[in-house]
Amino acid sequence: MKRLKLLAFGAAMLLCAGAGAQQPIKIGFIGVFSGPQGSLGQDMYDAFMLVVERNGGRLGGAPVEVLREDSQLKPEVANQIVDKLIEKDRVSIIAGVTFSHVMMAIYNKVVGAEVFLVGSNASPSPIAGAQCSPFYFQTGVQNDQRAEATGKYAADKGYKRVYAMAPNYQAGKDFVNGFKRLYKQGLLEEVYTPLNQLDFQAELAQLAAVNPDAVFVFYPGGLGVQFVRQWRQSGLAGRIPLLSSATIDAMNLNALQEAAVGVVHGSPWGPDFDNPANRRFMADFEKRYGRIPSEYAAMSYDSAQLLDSAIGKVKGNVADKKAFQAALKAAEFQSIRGKFRFNHNQLPIQDFYVFGIGKDAKGRYVHQTTAKVLTDHQDAYHSQCPMK
Amino acid sequence: MTWFPEPVSLRSPRAIAVMLFLLCLGLVPVVAAALEQSFYVTLAARILILGLAACGLNLVLGYGGLVSFGHSLYVGLGAYVVGILSFHGIGSGWVHLGATIALCGLVAFLTGLVCLRTSGMAFIMITLAFAQMFFFLGVSLKQYGGDDGLQIATRSDFGAWLSIETNSALYYLTFALLLLTLYLSWRFVHARFGRVLRGAKSNLQRMRVLGFPVARYQVVAYAVSGALCGIAGMLLANLTRFVSPAYMSWTLSGELIVMVMLGGMATIVGPLLGAVVFVLLETVLAAYTQHWMLVLGPIIVLIARFAKRGLYGLLK
Amino acid sequence: MTWELAFLQALNGLQYGLLLFLLAAGLTLVLGIMNFVNLAHASLYMLGAYLGASAFAGSGSFLIAGAAAVFGTLAIGLAVERTTLLAFYARDHLDQVLATFGLLLFFNELVRVIWGPQSMYMRPPDGFTGTVSLFGALYPSYRFLVIVAGLAVALGMYLLIHYTRIGMLIRAGASNARMVSVLGVNIRLLNTLLFGMGAALAGLAGLMAAPILAVQPGMGDNVLIVVLVVIVIGGIGSIRGAFFGALIVGVVDTVGRTYLPLALRQVAERTIADAAGPALASMLIFLFMAVVLAFRPQGLFPARR
Repeated sequence: MKRLKLLAFGAAMLLCAGAGAQQPIKIGFIGVFSGPQGSLGQDMYDAFMLVVERNGGRLGGAPVEVLREDSQLKPEVANQIVDKLIEKDRVSIIAGVTFSHVMMAIYNKVVGAEVFLVGSNASPSPIAGAQCSPFYFQTGVQNDQRAEATGKYAADKGYKRVYAMAPNYQAGKDFVNGFKRLYKQGLLEEVYTPLNQLDFQAELAQLAAVNPDAVFVFYPGGLGVQFVRQWRQSGLAGRIPLLSSATIDAMNLNALQEAAVGVVHGSPWGPDFDNPANRRFMADFEKRYGRIPSEYAAMSYDSAQLLDSAIGKVKGNVADKKAFQAALKAAEFQSIRGKFRFNHNQLPIQDFYVFGIGKDAKGRYVHQTTAKVLTDHQDAYHSQCPMK
Repeated sequence: MTWFPEPVSLRSPRAIAVMLFLLCLGLVPVVAAALEQSFYVTLAARILILGLAACGLNLVLGYGGLVSFGHSLYVGLGAYVVGILSFHGIGSGWVHLGATIALCGLVAFLTGLVCLRTSGMAFIMITLAFAQMFFFLGVSLKQYGGDDGLQIATRSDFGAWLSIETNSALYYLTFALLLLTLYLSWRFVHARFGRVLRGAKSNLQRMRVLGFPVARYQVVAYAVSGALCGIAGMLLANLTRFVSPAYMSWTLSGELIVMVMLGGMATIVGPLLGAVVFVLLETVLAAYTQHWMLVLGPIIVLIARFAKRGLYGLLK
Repeated sequence: MTWELAFLQALNGLQYGLLLFLLAAGLTLVLGIMNFVNLAHASLYMLGAYLGASAFAGSGSFLIAGAAAVFGTLAIGLAVERTTLLAFYARDHLDQVLATFGLLLFFNELVRVIWGPQSMYMRPPDGFTGTVSLFGALYPSYRFLVIVAGLAVALGMYLLIHYTRIGMLIRAGASNARMVSVLGVNIRLLNTLLFGMGAALAGLAGLMAAPILAVQPGMGDNVLIVVLVVIVIGGIGSIRGAFFGALIVGVVDTVGRTYLPLALRQVAERTIADAAGPALASMLIFLFMAVVLAFRPQGLFPARR
């Protein structure tokens, strides 16, 4: 009788342990899936799920449940979503976050609740510096850095009078500041347009009147299509070099085609990077989704790989926050950028390049590496972060 | 002084239903704690806040017959009072409350003076115009976040024994204010003031001929309703710890109108009922499909078509 | 500020104003003559853009896209009118606002289901992707096309209103709808005709706007508010009012958006001035409308009584 009880008890323990192990780790994926920027969130999500699905619905050996949420590009909507994800769904990790103003609206809430925020795109300056947190990791870039790459390029090329345009929100300011930081000379003019303004006719007329040596723009997603199209239509293309960051992406190129040729693009990643992880990513993504991934997808893919390695390291026990944080910080995975490591503020230290637009072997328009401009570049705000 | 000047039959089925309804609302945090679903408190708090705003709107829309498409303005203003005062380090809840009532009441009074010079379609448009003006003003205030909105670090501080840092405490504060609003609305409507207002809604000429300075009454009603919406806004900012110009969007004004109509215009509890049903419908539908608006849109059309007296009217 | 720049900004204002006119014309007639508030006009605009962009993507021909946009929205508009809106003609404004608000939300979601939540892009038609030289200044040729088309429609409406029998009925209806029906005119048919015309114009506006703006769910919502402002400023029921009101709003908004930030930079920091500028320019329009309503509630160019 006693042996039976012991057996039953042991079986129950096993079942509990088994049940405990079966509890999927919940991950909230917040992105913008609607409106002109919807393609960005979709690309990020698709790349993230590429890793999850490849592992049979698991990351690091543990089953995961990814809850896809649309911020609709509205901070107040994201605010509500985060409440739901944290209080109702009880997620352990929030990933993605496409846009900076959404990030700013949810950041305090998420890290305050001690939920891990593994972002792969938006990384505004305040959270890279003074407001850094052990719960926040970024596998993409700090906002300024893409523009810093382009700024360095502009300085190298010796452009004297540069005109800048960007949307009027946190990231817009960050990008222009980043450009200025490495361009080192003053800008001729800085114009900030409302984030939902799609018609740049008035601003382009002003620009043409001033006749700068070069123009730097940051217009993500749908704004990029609008801007480059109108740039072409206004007759400025070919007359004035157009330098950009995060303005031409793989989705845009579908709409823009040859209109994008001649635009210079600064970024830490390009589809033609030749390392095993990137080759595998490009092949898998194209096979699964039938299109070329954007740099946002690439960064998101890396975030999934990061989670894969970290969750594996803690054997699925993400509740042990200290251990999980250490595992994330170790960043032991094969990045599509080649080498990858985190700085003490948990943002990456990486190389930057400039790209042009050309045709690939299949006749599609893609980014093509022109030159490396920055090596092992740290973000400008890490010194303001008190973390070790 | 009598608390209930009009006879209220507390035994009528309607009164019992209302009391049960209010009791259920009061027990939400208890039930939620038992089920360990704190999210429901957040959701319910949101419903009560919108209900409070809808009750405010009802004073002018339901009882006054004035179709204001701009009441989200006052919700947003109340929220911004909290946001801006917090930003500058003024965290006292009493100051927030006082400033909200004063500012929203004043703005509503002044805009009411202008708006009430018009009627019909023009009135709808001009109330909308004022809401849009303030919306764009909010967008232009980059120091307070502009379009991106403003984070609020801590909730309004009402003193050590009335802390609303937890969602449950905030819920009960909202509930208390809502009950107070319902009571005051009831007194207001049955007082001479309310009767003049309702009289003007049904026959403006007659009230004027009888010598009532109708416009004066309407402006005061407008100011009071603005203040109530402002209080709702203050609570909303506390709940979300966030404020943005989106709180002043015209779609919110539209939703408030739907709630008032759905619940029952010109009834005391109707707007609250409307808020509960509307938000629950939205939440439940959203759980089934992300295209829930395909269902809710036509429902709104049907409400406009058939449910003139609203749900509360059906209960009669 | 060179005169060339001012000229280009004026053209931009004209182009925006004419787009607003296309939308305002239909809405003002429906509101003025049928006394019907139709918020779903924004949905017709959006559908016109989607149908046009899809047809253009499929056929490559702007004319086919135009036909799809105009006739498509005409059909949808009439269908919606017959099935849903008919019951609301006799109701008060509140019911109409609510019902058409529900339709607006419904259509926003419907296009999301059919075409997906992301935006669609439409190239300008071949031959209009470059610039045209106007008095020495370079202006995108597609926007010039929009101006020409808008002016053509305005002229067409003028001729229709003043030189045809139907136009006479419309003018009569705008002054006194009751009298017209008492005189034995088939008011039902006239109403349907008006509504259809409004729908077709909205569809055309959507098509013309598609290559300039992104085609996305809810694209009509914010334009709707501006259009309502236009018809209130111009005078409800008046095509003339819609025309001049639209031009005023278009120019004030465009010029304000460009020059207010420059003016504000004298007193405030750049990013603040650049945020405040366009927002204040938008505020101006509403302020203007409030002033018009306060002192001349019938509008600046009311339908003649």
